[in-house]
This record gives sequence, structure tokens and C-alpha cells, in this order.
Amino acid sequence: MSLSDATLAPAAARGPTRAQGAGAAILLAVAAFAWGTPLLVPTDPLDQSLLDGLAGPDAAAPFGYDHLGRSLMARLAAALRLSLVIAAAAVISAGLLGVALGVLAAWRGGWTDRVLALLSDSVLALPGLLMVLIVSAIIPDTALAFWVGLTLVLWIEYFRLTRAATARLLAAPGVQASRLLGFGALYVFRRHLWPELAPMLLTVAAFGAATAIMLIAALGFVSVGIRPPRPELGQMMVELLPYYREAPLALVQPVIAIFLTILALNLLAQGRRA
Amino acid sequence: MIWRALGYRLAQALVVALLVGVLSFLMMQALPGDMAFRIAAGRYGYDMVDAAAAAAVRAELGLDRPAWQGFLIWLGDLARLDLGVSVISGRPVWAEIRHQLGASLHLAGVAVILSALIGPPLGIWAGLRAGGWLDRGLLVVSAALRAVPQFLMGLILIVLVSIQLGWLPAAGHGQARHVALPALTLALGMAAVSARVARDAMAEVAARPFYAFGRWKGLTEGQMLRRHGLRNIGVAMVTFLSLQFVMLVEGVVVVESIFGWPGIGHALVHAIFGRDVPMVQGTALLLGLGFVVLNALTDLLARLIDPRGISA
Repeated sequence: MSLSDATLAPAAARGPTRAQGAGAAILLAVAAFAWGTPLLVPTDPLDQSLLDGLAGPDAAAPFGYDHLGRSLMARLAAALRLSLVIAAAAVISAGLLGVALGVLAAWRGGWTDRVLALLSDSVLALPGLLMVLIVSAIIPDTALAFWVGLTLVLWIEYFRLTRAATARLLAAPGVQASRLLGFGALYVFRRHLWPELAPMLLTVAAFGAATAIMLIAALGFVSVGIRPPRPELGQMMVELLPYYREAPLALVQPVIAIFLTILALNLLAQGRRA
Repeated sequence: MIWRALGYRLAQALVVALLVGVLSFLMMQALPGDMAFRIAAGRYGYDMVDAAAAAAVRAELGLDRPAWQGFLIWLGDLARLDLGVSVISGRPVWAEIRHQLGASLHLAGVAVILSALIGPPLGIWAGLRAGGWLDRGLLVVSAALRAVPQFLMGLILIVLVSIQLGWLPAAGHGQARHVALPALTLALGMAAVSARVARDAMAEVAARPFYAFGRWKGLTEGQMLRRHGLRNIGVAMVTFLSLQFVMLVEGVVVVESIFGWPGIGHALVHAIFGRDVPMVQGTALLLGLGFVVLNALTDLLARLIDPRGISA
């Protein structure tokens, strides 16, 4: 999974590339589907009508029905909203935590730096899936557990990048001049650090969101994630798998949804390299 | 230099152990419902649980003492390399893990070999002809493969190879053919990334002046690759291998569950389901320490390949 990929992506930004444009477009389309569907075809994703089980598309359910006769379109949209919201929340909180600690480590140096680096290396040693699994056993609300667990997993990449970049930038003449002129830490961060960090952070954030969505779906797939009947992509695939012969199109839908979302995020992240 | 790096890894191992301890402690604290009932259910099945069974479990495992005592006791046991007893099977955690670890290492080993056969050779080939059709094709394929989560890859392989074509069994353990599909699932995901890493490293080396000089003085492509290419991309590949191990472990948890492979990932999911805290602790500890050991080996190996000493 892509946590580790981010370290491989170099930084030099020169406007968005074609791949990034494509990624952004796909992601916007996915989000538009996720949030637009309830407006256009307002169906409750939990409404069952067993007579329609695995039936083909009609006006109320343009994508057909699942094995319990629930609208696949409504369920797909709800599942995507859930994944995207959790991923976005986790990426944001992990970013804030990681950047703050990274700047702190590079700025203070010495023991602060050593302790934080050791901590981040040690967290990195534990597989991300394991962290999310354990946190979801601790916190009863799964969505909240995913947010906390994913934050704990994702902050490291921001921390490592920020720490390395900040250490380099703080030694640069510009920063030293600013500090000699008496500007405060906040000014140095805004003026010198942030412009350098921002493009790198976008890459990390996109990879992080992809990782988050994969982990959520993977845990749904092994039935330890979001509890049914709340729709979730991985869990939808497990539910629909037994019916793949009768309703292959139903099974393909969550598969395509997750493929497109992750592809979009990967394109967004690595675009500037190609 | 090397001792300092190893000392750091030792400190890392200690912090990993402490982290796992704290997390499992929190897990124990936050367990919803009555721990004794859950464990009794895990042992005897949900239909067989009554208050007497739960009370017996409670007395046996000392669940009524405060949790912080349990935490200290666990730390003490750990210092003596005693991982405790699984609360579900009643067998020592170490015995259970040793058994599962064998199965997981078997699967992981086959997967690593498969991915090493698929990824780096393709990447090197593409890197030598950067910009060619193979290079561009590989970029598209690896981007697509990376957008397929590992559990989905497993699902696709089961449906295609095992159900539609009927070539290989979807689940099972014990025969060589059982390892093929789960290993391939893991290998494809890893190869997609390692091919890119090998490709980038190779393209960079091939663009250097010494490579052009080697060609100019009449070395063949094969000689160039052996003498100047492989060693130069070796460090990048070896460093990358340890990163792949994380992907491998994460993949193993999911892939083992899907294919019913009786390994450590499968056991971990079950242990968390059954709230078998000693098993979760033991498994997490082993996975974390395995990663630290692997990192230490990577440090050493990178130094062997390129003794010029790149600061770690």
C-alpha cells in the first residue's frame, strides 16, 4: 500500500501535469456522484424490497438492486461518501499533527528531535492495518475508530518529510536573515517553510487518502470494519460475491468505484513525476 | 558508525514493544461488554455461555484485578520472553504464533520470490529503454495494478482462475498448489511498485556518463548491466525491500483471511474478533520486531553492496 510510495516522489513542482489533471477530474466525478445521487434519486440505501432482489435497473434504482433489494446506486453513493469523508478527515488531522511535530523536531533539534524520530520509526514498524484494527477494537464507533487509527498511521509520512525539509530550509540564508531581523517563528513558517512544504504535502496527502480508502475497504472485506447495514465498499463486495454469477454487474460496481477513486488519488499524487 | 545504527535499532525495538503494550492495555480497558463472557463465547461457542462459564473464565484469568496490574505483569513476562497464554485456546501464545509464523513465512517467501521474478527484471528492461513502448506500457500497467487493493486482487484471481477456469483451489493449505493464488496476489501488488523503483533507478544509472563511456569502449549490454548497472541500483532496491516488507505484512493480514491461509494475519484478525488480547499483543509484537530486525539487516546489506558509506 502506498504509505511508503510517498517517500519516493521527488518534489520539484511546476504546475499540474496532465496526469494530475486527469486525477483531479476523476476524483471530482466520483465526489459529484457520491454527493449528487441523493439529490437526483433520493432513495434510502437501507430500504429493502426483497421482491426486487438482484433485479436489474429501473427508475428508482438506476444501477439495479442488491441481494436484499436495496438500491445499489444509493448504497454505492453512501459508501463512497463514508470512505471519502473518513479519508479526508484522517488526512487533514494527520497532516496537522505530522507537520507540527516535524517542524518542532527540526526547529528544536537535540533530544526533541531524537525522541520524535524514534517514536515515528517505531510506529512505522507496526503495520498500518494492525494499528487501525487495534484502535477499532478500542473505540466502539467504527467511523471514529477509523479516523483515529488512520491518523495514527498517516502522520508519520508528513512528519518525516517536514522534518527533513525544515532542517534543510532552516539552515538556508533566507531563514537566518529573517530570524536576525527579529521575525517570529510563525512568520518564518509562513514565509519560508510553507511555500516549500505545500507541494510535497499534496503528494503525501493524496497517497495517504488512497491508503486510507484501501484500509477501510480491506477491513470491510474481512468483516471487521464498518458494521452492516451501513454501506461500505469492501463490505458490499463481500455481500455481493456469492451472487456474482446471477448479478455480475452488481459486484462490479463497488469494484469500479474503489478502483477509480484510488487511481485518481495516485494520479493526483505522482503526476508531476511522469 | 555501524554500531550506532544497530544501537538505534535496539532502541526502536524497545519502543515498539512499549507501544504494543500500551495499545493492548488500552484495548483491554475499552473492551465493550463483559470480557469474561466474550472469552467464554470464544472458547465454548456463543450458545454454550452462561454465568457459570463466565465466572470460571474470570477466576482462571484473573480478570477482576485492576488493568494496570495486568499491564505491569505483561511487561514483566515480556522481559522474560514469556508472551502468556491465549485466552481462547488456552495454549501458550508463543506456541500458537510459532505455528502460524511458519505458514506466513512460507506464503511471504513464495510471494517475495515471485515478485522479484516479475518486478525488477521488467523495471530494469524498461529503464534501459526509458521512453520506449515497454516503458510506457509498464507505467500504465503498474499504475492500474496499484489502484487495485490487495483484497480485490485476491477476489479477481479467485473468480477468474479458481472459479471460472478451475485451475487452482481458492482456499486450503498443505499442498504446493494452495500457495499459488495467495502468493500471486501479494506478488502482483509488490511487483507493480518494485518495477517502478527498478525502472527509475536503472534509467538514472543508464543516463550517467560512465554508462555511456562503458558502451563507447565496447562493452556489451550484458556486461554493462552486470558490471555497472546492477550494483548501482542495488542500494536503491535493497532499501526499498524493507519498505516492501510493510506492504507484505499488511497484505498478508488481508490475503490470508481471504484465502483461509492459517498464518499470522489470519490469526490476528481472529484474535481481535475474539478480544484475545495476549494473542494480539504477541502477534503485533512479533510483526513490529520483525520489521525492526529487517531494517537492521537492510542497513548492513546496503553497506555491503555499496561500502562507500551512505549515511543512514
